[in-house]
Amino acid sequence: MKGLPLWEVFIRGRHGTSHRHVGSLHAADAATAIHRARDVYTRRGEGISIWAVRSEDIAASAPSKQGPFFEPSDTKVYRHPTFYDIPEEAGSM
Amino acid sequence: MDKTRGATPPEDPATQAFEARIARGERIEARDWMPEAYRKTLIRQISQHAHSEIVGQLPEGEWITRAPSLERKAILLAKVQDEAGHGLYLYCAAETLGASRDELTEALLAGRAKYSSIFNYPTETWADVGIIGWLVDGAAILNQVPLQRCSYGPYARAMVRICKEESFHQRQGFDVVRTLAEGTPAQQEMVQDALNRWWWPTLMMFGPPDDASVHSARSMAWGIKQHTNDELRQRFVDQTVPQADFLGLRIPDDELRWNAQRKSYDFGAIDWDEFYEVIAGRGPCNRERLEARREAWRSGRWFREGLTAHARARGSEDAPRSAVERKAAS
Repeated sequence: MKGLPLWEVFIRGRHGTSHRHVGSLHAADAATAIHRARDVYTRRGEGISIWAVRSEDIAASAPSKQGPFFEPSDTKVYRHPTFYDIPEEAGSM
Repeated sequence: MDKTRGATPPEDPATQAFEARIARGERIEARDWMPEAYRKTLIRQISQHAHSEIVGQLPEGEWITRAPSLERKAILLAKVQDEAGHGLYLYCAAETLGASRDELTEALLAGRAKYSSIFNYPTETWADVGIIGWLVDGAAILNQVPLQRCSYGPYARAMVRICKEESFHQRQGFDVVRTLAEGTPAQQEMVQDALNRWWWPTLMMFGPPDDASVHSARSMAWGIKQHTNDELRQRFVDQTVPQADFLGLRIPDDELRWNAQRKSYDFGAIDWDEFYEVIAGRGPCNRERLEARREAWRSGRWFREGLTAHARARGSEDAPRSAVERKAAS
């Protein structure tokens, strides 16, 4: 265990869905990480594909700046279709 | 209830904002700001929980080679493997809070960390394996289901996976118990004996009574805990007594009776001296359990080193180097 790197595990549940984060584990290398991910996270048919990524290689947004960082998305209500009134006579749109 | 209970002074605005988030039902995530006491409480609770899963493999693991049929053996093997998986989910959740896996392992091996007192009792017969699944895993489910809504996201998500798997554990235990309870007089006697030995230690799994529980109030305020120890214990008794009746087994408690007013079972006093003795390391198997973990760690050393050596030999840059190699390379 001593100093074995940490990996984040992502699993695709079924065909047609994207990989989702399920947890993490320690492993010496990528091949072992994938094997361990199979044993730890897919004992009951939870997946058909596994990604393992070194935790330290993940870049992440800062939770403390969450408000200002996502502000551009919160203030532009006109990006949503429900912003517009469409008369019923115009038909389905 | 008092809104300001907690270790940190209420005037601290960061703590106030944090407690407001919890009050709104928001989940706290790994990199979010949190009071140190919240972090420490969670590391303690999650790592104790992880240790319990790992040590919990031992009493049942002893019966893998002695299971009465190939099917029972395969099932028990799968169950014990699940417990290892649960330990891993939980260690990883603890690591998101900044604890290192090595620190946690060392704390367990050094005897500094606690784990559930129940695993310090011996599994004397095959019936014990059934009783553990039915009662011990049943009690664990009652403790764990509310934790799926715990305020700390990584812990809550680990609990969702664990709860799904625990259901298999409890049902396979019930199935073992039922087979024995419907079997020969000798089998019935064996399963009744196992129930007699495990009943009271199982009730202790929910922790000390509410008025003596050190961590309860703050953990409830922080959304780490949703029900008190006594509430969950009562729920367990109410759920289990009819199951024992169905099986034709007798719960070893002369004071157990239905209370029509409370619509719950009244039950006898728990021997808390025994509980504190076991917690203090003086239970029937404490030494044996810890020694088994230490031996596993010692004898697995060559394998852990081999994994790293193999990764490096294959040219993986992921592989960490030992201190000696780092020195030689510099």
